[in-house]
Amino acid sequence: MYRWIPFWPKTAAVTAIPVNNLYVAELVLSALIMATVVAMMLTFCVRYRRNSDASRANLTEKSWHFEVAWTTATLAAFLVLFVWGASIYIWLYQAPRGDEEIYVVAQRWMWKIEHPGGQREIDALHVPVDKTIRLAMASADVIHSFFVPAFRIKHDVVPGTIETLWFQADKTGTFFFACTQFCGVQHATMQGKVVVMSAPDYARWLTEQGVQESLAQQGEELFRARGCSGCHDPSSTVHAPSLFGLYGTIVHLQDGSIRLADEAYIHDCILNPRSFTVAGYPPIMPDFSGQIDEGDVLKIIAYIKSLGGAQETLE
Amino acid sequence: MPDSAVLRPDLQYASLAQQGETAELGMWVFLVNETLFFGALIFIYFIYRLTYPHEFAVAARDAVLWCGSVNFVLLLTSSLTMVVAINAAAQGERRAMVCWLIATAALGCAFLGVKGFEYYLDYQDEVVPVVNYLSKPGEGRAGELFWVFYWIATGLHAIHLMIGIGLVLYVLAWKIPRGKITPAYYTPLEVIGIYWSFVDTVWLYLYPCIYLVGRS
Amino acid sequence: MSVTTVERVPQGDAPVSAEPNYLTAEHTVASWLLTKDHKRIALLFFASITFFFFIGGIAATLMRLNLATPGGLLQPAVYNRMFTMHGIIMVWFFLIPSIPATFGNFFIPMMIGAKDLAFPRINLASWYVFNLSGLVVLYALIMGGANAGWTFYTPLSTVYANGYVFAAAFAVFINGFSSIMTALNFVVTIHRMRAPGMTWMRLPLFVWAIYAVSVVMLTATPVLAMDTFLLAAERFMGIGLFDPNHGGDPLLWQHMFWFYSHPAVYIMILPSMGVVSEIIPCYARRPIFGYAGMTIALMSIAILSFFVWAHHMFVAGISIYSAVFFSLMTFFVAVPSAIKVFNWTVSLHKGRIVFDAAMLYALGFVLLFTLGGVTGLMLATLAVDVDVHGTYFVVAHFHYIMVGATVSAFFGALHFWWPKMTGRMFPESWARFAAILTYVGFNLTFFPQFILGYLGMPRRSYTYPAQWQSWNLLSSAGASILAVAYLLPLLYLGWSLIWGRRAGANPWGATGLEWITASPPPPHNFERTPIVTLDPYAYDPETGGYTTQEGTLHAG
Repeated sequence: MYRWIPFWPKTAAVTAIPVNNLYVAELVLSALIMATVVAMMLTFCVRYRRNSDASRANLTEKSWHFEVAWTTATLAAFLVLFVWGASIYIWLYQAPRGDEEIYVVAQRWMWKIEHPGGQREIDALHVPVDKTIRLAMASADVIHSFFVPAFRIKHDVVPGTIETLWFQADKTGTFFFACTQFCGVQHATMQGKVVVMSAPDYARWLTEQGVQESLAQQGEELFRARGCSGCHDPSSTVHAPSLFGLYGTIVHLQDGSIRLADEAYIHDCILNPRSFTVAGYPPIMPDFSGQIDEGDVLKIIAYIKSLGGAQETLE
Repeated sequence: MPDSAVLRPDLQYASLAQQGETAELGMWVFLVNETLFFGALIFIYFIYRLTYPHEFAVAARDAVLWCGSVNFVLLLTSSLTMVVAINAAAQGERRAMVCWLIATAALGCAFLGVKGFEYYLDYQDEVVPVVNYLSKPGEGRAGELFWVFYWIATGLHAIHLMIGIGLVLYVLAWKIPRGKITPAYYTPLEVIGIYWSFVDTVWLYLYPCIYLVGRS
Repeated sequence: MSVTTVERVPQGDAPVSAEPNYLTAEHTVASWLLTKDHKRIALLFFASITFFFFIGGIAATLMRLNLATPGGLLQPAVYNRMFTMHGIIMVWFFLIPSIPATFGNFFIPMMIGAKDLAFPRINLASWYVFNLSGLVVLYALIMGGANAGWTFYTPLSTVYANGYVFAAAFAVFINGFSSIMTALNFVVTIHRMRAPGMTWMRLPLFVWAIYAVSVVMLTATPVLAMDTFLLAAERFMGIGLFDPNHGGDPLLWQHMFWFYSHPAVYIMILPSMGVVSEIIPCYARRPIFGYAGMTIALMSIAILSFFVWAHHMFVAGISIYSAVFFSLMTFFVAVPSAIKVFNWTVSLHKGRIVFDAAMLYALGFVLLFTLGGVTGLMLATLAVDVDVHGTYFVVAHFHYIMVGATVSAFFGALHFWWPKMTGRMFPESWARFAAILTYVGFNLTFFPQFILGYLGMPRRSYTYPAQWQSWNLLSSAGASILAVAYLLPLLYLGWSLIWGRRAGANPWGATGLEWITASPPPPHNFERTPIVTLDPYAYDPETGGYTTQEGTLHAG
């Protein structure tokens, strides 16, 4: 019968457990609240129905102590839930550096996954178990959303920027993932499978894909083919910021603001350079928007990341 | 000309005074609503201006400062003439009231005339997004957003002004000849005056947003 | 210590009055289409919104038929247009005007002792503007429908969707003016046209609720007007305010949209809270518990509703600090709602409860609202929202509030005020049956969707993996019961118009000013303006008597 009538999703990641626990706690609290209201309502409806002879004398006039009491109790309970939920959320949404960084391009209506070694898959995501996986996600068109119920994680994939998400699977197996932001006709079938494998199986899978070039190598080719090295190469005569050791550092922009050089920053520089000119440099970088697709941008980002950078945890 | 003797309140009102106060409250409440309408637009403008200050400054250089400033003076003066007209109504000076109302409407029309001429100049400068737009060097992609804001904000403002002029003409052509504006009850004029001041105030906010960007 | 049996105000056929009432005073079509009488305008609105309720309901029926099996019934493109139009029509063409434009229009002047609203012509104009927007949305629907979701997220809605997005957005833009006109009328009327003695703290809670709703409508709707205007402009002209390829920000659309649409959901629930606060004291025959607390709760909900919008965007990429702030504010806004639930429940204590249909709808409201509310707490909790956002959990939550609660209250209001509006009584047993059937059908339809959501079924999906069929099938079966329950009142209320017993002025023995005048009321509501001397809800459960607000005691 369980196969016909599912009640509960699997719990297959480190991220899933605290979320699941909180959900259960809230279910219990909700049931208690409902039970209280139902019990009171039923009791009063039966006891004080029109023709009953219960006493109606001394109707409570003053209500302030009750009001204050249940307002305070409610507020206290809510604050507990708030703090509990917020602390898990902050942990969930501060993506650490990760053992593996995998790139995702969402495009109507498929998920294109690119491993750093250059392995590519569509609507499937192979990952090793018990390793921290960091996803850098871009959209080629509209807003999508990457959701893995078994891991209790989700993040929208917004065009014009790069979103990051992390997880650590703690069970091997196959787990469903889906797009949860309406993106057009085939939104309902924009789904796939996360395949969690043991480390040796994963390593074997990677080599089985038969790929020659890693993402960073492909990115380096694009970097030269598109003319980026013409200005950013150390031997260039053009005054352009060096990209060695850039990733993860703090950058000072011309308008006085500060940005962390993460994937989203590099994406912005390539596609909207005029608005993100680094302080002290002339605003001459060409605008590549419309000329380079999101998949290629991610490869260039992979290349720049491979040029070294700060080791701290990124937000 | 029917004299002011018998002006009765509408049936749901107990007195003319109640009707007048209610109409005024209605206009103020409506203006809260309008403030949020223009406010939403100005908010979006500020979000983009704070994100792209340099691009906005470059794009805004093509705004025709003299047109905006002349319009500023015209509209501010028209608010003055409107107030004087209302004052005349309260004193029962019919001729003065009519003259000042005509002046108000005329100044409003002058504003629209200058605005129309400015739109013509803008078209020549190629700052009409989608229709006839040329990106100036240094304004990137965000500069066009400034001009989107310009056309929408000034267009909506102009429509509101046209409605205001229409209301003034309505009072001139319909209410006054029928003796419906008397010193005892000149609320329609007051209500239109409040609306007119609002249209003026919106321009007070649009003017620096459009014409004073990057000119300090 | 004798047992006091409360006599309902005796009913036989009440005598037919010789005086014309608002329905019979004039008979021409022009007297209806050009009326300034708030009661007639209320009925005009009632006709319009009922029409749109059925259109939105047909869309829902087709959607649930499609979802009964994974294989489905409709083409994906058709399904997507169906859910978009269902959302747009139900939100703007049914729920938002439902209680304010019908019962608000009819009863606010009467409850405060006035002869009409402050601006009757604006009231009529509001109906015409509503119908104009209705024509535009029908055009969008008939031509094939918009297909970007009722939330019109960019750049899907502006650049990629190939449906009638512009027409739908334009319809919503026009519709906003109708809301604004109605709200303006209510605010000004309640401020300026109360009868002598009707102080603020003597206003019935329905009036407070409509006041709160009107304030929210006036401040939130203009932002929507600007949003839909900009969306339509972007769609039509390709300007790029919300398009990253033009330097725009898709998240800015979401912020602007939800800044209106979150208060909008409170626009939908506040009037229904007001209705329930009228019904419960009347059928429990005792004053509401904590009147002042209830008014503070209403106004707090109205104000706090403006500070929670980004809880729709927790997974959209907003900063963690914003998310934390909005989660906290969302928990705050839940507190006054919780107070109201406790107060309604305690308002049954020591009453003399009668289980007529209106009361069944009101009690159902309290339970369904509470269940919807606790699931709202779960959505306010950041970590849980990350998991269930964009799934059927959210769909179930908002249907519990908007349909389970608001529509139940709408039907409760309909049954409570039917005798007053039409002068007829309806068959009580049919009405009770419909109320209970609604409750059963509703829970069967939407409770399984909570389970589906946590399992991971995304919303706005025309199909789903086969293992989720059992819950979907149950939900669709429940929907068929709900459909019957919603159609039944059409039948017996329609029947009552011709064959129902004639109602007296106050068949339920209620204390509001609307009950001191005839059923149906005369064109100008009251023969003489009443002078108010009492707080509302002067019911005495000990004796079974009650006193209407202008001071007439009816002994138990």
